Parts: sequence; structure tokens; C-alpha cells
Amino acid sequence: MLKIKDLHARVEDKEILKGINLEVKPGEVHAIMGPNGSGKSTLASVIAGKEDFEITKGTILFEGEELDEVAPEERAHKGIFLSFQYPVEIPGVSVTNFMKTAINESRKAHGKEDMPASKMLKLIREKSELLDIDRKFLSRSLNEGFSGGEKKRNEIFQMAMLEPKLAILDETDSGLDIDALRIVANGVNKLKSKDNAVILITHYQRLLEYIIPDFVHVIHDGKIVKSGTKELALELEEKGYDWLKKEPVV
Amino acid sequence: MAYTEEELKKELETKEYEYGFYTDIESDTFPKGLNEEVVIALSKKKEEPEWMTLWRLEAFKIWKEMTEPEWANIHYQKPDFQDISYYSAPNKKPKYESLDEVDPELLDTFKRLGISLDEQKKLAGVAVDIVMDSVSVATTFKKTLAEKGIIFCSISEAIKEHPELVKKYIGSVVPKKDNFYAALNSAVFSDGSFCYIPKGVRCPMELSTYFRINQAGTGQFERTLVIADKGSYVSYLEGCTAPSRDENQLHAAVVELIALDDAEIKYSTVQNWFPGNKEGKGGVYNFVTKRGLCERNAKISWTQVETGSAITWKYPSCILKGDNSIGEFYSIAVTNNFQQADTGTKMVHLGKNTKSTIISKGISAGKSQNSYRGLVQVNSRADNARNFSQCDSLLMGNECGAHTFPYIEAKNKSAQIEHEATTSKIGEDQIFYCNQRGIDTEKAIALIVNGFSKEVLNKLPMEFAVEAQKLLEISLEGSVG
Repeated sequence: MLKIKDLHARVEDKEILKGINLEVKPGEVHAIMGPNGSGKSTLASVIAGKEDFEITKGTILFEGEELDEVAPEERAHKGIFLSFQYPVEIPGVSVTNFMKTAINESRKAHGKEDMPASKMLKLIREKSELLDIDRKFLSRSLNEGFSGGEKKRNEIFQMAMLEPKLAILDETDSGLDIDALRIVANGVNKLKSKDNAVILITHYQRLLEYIIPDFVHVIHDGKIVKSGTKELALELEEKGYDWLKKEPVV
Repeated sequence: MAYTEEELKKELETKEYEYGFYTDIESDTFPKGLNEEVVIALSKKKEEPEWMTLWRLEAFKIWKEMTEPEWANIHYQKPDFQDISYYSAPNKKPKYESLDEVDPELLDTFKRLGISLDEQKKLAGVAVDIVMDSVSVATTFKKTLAEKGIIFCSISEAIKEHPELVKKYIGSVVPKKDNFYAALNSAVFSDGSFCYIPKGVRCPMELSTYFRINQAGTGQFERTLVIADKGSYVSYLEGCTAPSRDENQLHAAVVELIALDDAEIKYSTVQNWFPGNKEGKGGVYNFVTKRGLCERNAKISWTQVETGSAITWKYPSCILKGDNSIGEFYSIAVTNNFQQADTGTKMVHLGKNTKSTIISKGISAGKSQNSYRGLVQVNSRADNARNFSQCDSLLMGNECGAHTFPYIEAKNKSAQIEHEATTSKIGEDQIFYCNQRGIDTEKAIALIVNGFSKEVLNKLPMEFAVEAQKLLEISLEGSVG
């Protein structure tokens, strides 16, 4: 599904990604861990197509197609979803209206008619129940005045609505209390299938107790310095990141 | 990839004014210039009674003594008032019974504007009085209105048919000497609309007028007078578009609203005059005086969506004369390219327990300048007056400006005045967030702008709100940097 080869990327003059290699297959869950400033969020933004970053070397293939020249909205239409670490506020635009626009824009890109209102309502009801979201919440302005937990839950709700092939969750666990974390993780688990894949970007092992990854990768200084299974996450929890920083690159 | 500053600039350049075309209808036009003879000739041409001619002459005398105001935050080449023709009317003057009799070219113009008369007629309960240049060429739904005793006609017709009403109220809210442009308008107003709602009558439909400037070099001086008698209600819609022009066109209208005891007037405007081209050349100068007077328990609401004109200078205001009267002002002003807008409102609290609300949303893009200027004045006798003002500005790109000039004069200690203001910028983060959800940049801007303007859009009548939303999108296409 996703194949990243020797990816180098920089923002302005600063090189942040220095040769990332990663392959994600349908049905897999990958966790990407690493200390602050190691390039985790940059990797997520580059996959989603954020303009601030310039790819200097290497490629990203999504379902066999190079993404370099593909606009962010087109990547979304292809089924790439990014749950933002810091979701933005859009005053006056309700969650429902935003989702309606997003879904219909995607349908339009695929040559389909707008989703009928009744179907849209049914979908909203279904997905909000899945994530234990109060319907009143959906008429509020997008992220405006939302608590940290509400923002993250809203991201997962959008993911549920858009049913992406590849979901990248950028620090979705940060700022969540244990109950919210459980709800979010539960939602992600329910949405998992053999056809879609998830990349979890996280600092801590905590989230991985709820969403069990197939693979764990550690990023340091713009490179994946170690890959393993979920046991690696436990090891990191115990030892921290320092021992990896000293190890030679694998 | 999404967008770059360069691409956006290019896109903006290729965007031509949607309604920029010129209708070739033979007209009867005065030679350029302004003096007493022109005023008299104009009045004669319109077959006005003597009192009207004298009223105009008095206004002209006042105007001659006045100088153009310079306090607004706008910069422009002052119009040469001797280089304007003060009368232009479509030649085929008689009123038509049906659409078939209307000049086909005119109908075509409306079709291109997307406001075919057919459609308009069918639209539930909308009576349309179309002002093409200066003379009304079609009036519909008159009969239904007449049954209720409602008068809805051109001001010229009202001067002839209902002189007692016109004589009593014209200039009563906006006096001849009020300001430079009001004085000019009083002397040379060509036509406009007149509306009278009798006591206790609720006007059963939205009254609507489409204004359009059409003749090369003719300034338009519209005069609108709306009178809501005791306990009556009316909702009046005004919408405008104009063809593309190289030279500047002056528009100095006067709108007077009178809401007698317990009456309510809702006045909504969607304004889309030619804003000038991408270099800031051409475009309409819109210097308008709009003011309403509220008697006891009366209410006046101004709602406006302003996207056009090179220069807008406009402050729809309310004189809250009667006790318990209410004034409201809801406004969205959009400026792009080199447009300049200095707009806002005046709420003058004279009566006791008077209330006013001001919600102003300014959106600036390109190299435009957008100013809000508002006055809240509480007179010494106005006990328990209350005002709430909210002014929000949205900036797009780094070359535009937003300014807020709120003036507050409170002479009564019981007054409660609140003012809130915010300034925000459409951020790349917001755009990217939308992009990531599959929404392209154009659509994202429309979404954000509509969200920003929602409180005001909600105040517009349904069919107008849709049109306004479309206008916002057109006006701001490709303008984020």
C-alpha cells in the first residue's frame, strides 16, 4: 500500500528526514516512535503532502503511484487520512457541514453525485454511536472551544466518516486522559480491517496497550534506527531512547 | 500540488468580472454638466410638480456651497461633476404589461445576470421593481400589493401620484444639507423606489429591486423612500450588479426609511458593482447615505453584503427617536484587489430604553483596504440605552489591510455599551487541514469565509442568502496568500 524509499525532506534549509525506508501493507498497524524533534510528525506531514516540506531525495509510493506531484486534497481522495496533532479551528463551520463538504468533494473527485442527505444522516448517526459522540457536539463549530480530548475524538470521528485506506494518527494519544484514550483506541480498533492500514505516531507505549501494532519503528535524527514488533515498544518504555541513539544505524 | 503565491496571483489576474458586459440600448441622455438649468430640465423631463423642482433647486444651492468630505480612509481621484451626464433613460419608456413587451436586449441582460424575470416572478412572493439606469421599466405584483393598500412604485411615480406622502417624508431623515453627496442626490436624483405600508399591514412578500448602472459616463443618483406606517411590517431587498467600465462611475444614492410607532422595516442589500480591474482601474464609486428613523417601539434592521465597487463609503444608520425602539446593523464587506471600503453604521439613541446591535464582518484580500467606522451615540435623555457591537476582520494574504474606527459618545450614565473586535487571518494551516480532508483550496476558502460570515448571512432572507453566499465565493476566488 505505502512504500517509502530513501526519503529525504527539508523545511527551508534544515534537513529533517534523512533517508526513511518504510513499507506498510493492507491490514497492518505500524507504530512510529521516537524522541521529540526526531522527524515523526514531519514524516506524517510529508506523506499528507504539506507544502512547507521539500522532498530532496527518495520517493513515496501509494498503491504503486508516486505521490510527489499529487496535491494534498487528491491524496485525501485516494484514501490517505491524517489525524492532526494540533487540529485547527474553523469558526462558524459545524462538524457536520465540514464532513458533508469533505465527503462530497471526495465523491465528486471520483465522479459520483453528492451523498443523499438521508444517507449522510445515517452515516453520521452510525459513526457517532461507534465513537460515543454526543450528537450536539456535531453542530458545534469545528474544533472551536473543544477540549484536547474532544479535538482528538473529532479527528477519529472524521476518520470513521471518510473511511480511509491509510490512516496516520499523529500523536493522537497526547492530551487524552485514560477514558478518552480508551474510547479513541476502541474506535480505531473497530475501524481496522484487512484492507486498511494504520500508522500510529506516538511518544509513549501507553497507546500501544490498546492498539496492538504489528511493527514498531524508532526514528532518530531523521532515520529509522530500529524496527521490531510490539516488544520493542516495551523495551523503549523501560530503557528510554538514549541507548538507541548510541547504537550504530541498522 | 496545492497552491503557491505565484500561482494564486496568476489565477487572480485571469479572473474577469463575471457580469462585465454592456447592454446596447438606445437612450435619451442629457449632455454632460451641472447647473441650475440642468436641474430644472431634469425635473421637467420627469414631469414633476413645482414644489419638487424648487426642492431640487434648494438642494443644488446647498450643494454648491459644500466641499467633498475627506475624512474617510479612502484614496481616489475626485469625480469631475461637470463631466457627468445627469439624466439617462432607456428610450422605450412605457411600462409593460407583460415580459413580451420588454426590450429583448434588456431581458437578455437579466438572463446573463442569472436573474431572469420569469424566474423572479415564479420565486415565491417576490415582487420585482427593476431599475435599469434611471427609469423603472417593469413593475410586478403591484396588484396584490394594491389590495392591501401597499404602494410600491418608482419615486417619480410617487411624486406624481402620492405627493402628500413624498412631500411629508422626503428629506425628513436625510436632510438636503446632511452631506455633500446627499445634497447632490437631492438636486439631481433620477429615480428610485418608493414604498408605503399602511397602518397595521404586514407586507405579504419580500419587496425587491434590482439596480443596475448601464450608461457610459452617467452617474446614478437613486432615491429610495420606505415608509412603514404604525404597526406595519415590510422586508425590502436591494441587489445590484453593473457592467464593466473603464472610467469611474459615480453612484450617490440616498435611502430613507421611516418606521412609525410599532412598525418594523428589514432592509437587506446585496451589492456587487464593478470593483475595477486587477490594476485597480475603473470600478464604481459608491457614496451612499442610508438612514432610518424609528418612532416608538419601532425597529429597523439593515443587513448588507457588500462585495463590489472600487470605493464604498456607506453607513446605514438608525435614529432611535422613539422610546423602546430598536436598531440593528448586520454587515459583510468584502474587498479584493485594489478595492477600498469605509463602511459601518451610526446608532443614535434619543429615546428611552432604546437598543442597538452592530455585527460587522470585514473580509480583505489582495491589496485592498477595509475599514469599519461606527458611531454609537447616546443622548442625555436616552435612559437605559443599550448597545452591543462586534467587529470582526478576516485577512487573506499579506498585502491587505483591516481597520476599525469605533466612536462612542455617551451622555447618559445609564447607558450600557459593549464593543468587541477580533482580527484573524486565513491560515495556511486551516487550508492544509481542509486539503487533507479532500477539500481543495478554493472550496476551503469559501467554507472558511462562509463560516466567518454566518451570523450575518443568517439574517438575510433565504433566496438572498444563497445569492450572497455565491457572491462571496466569486469575489474571493483564488485570493489566499
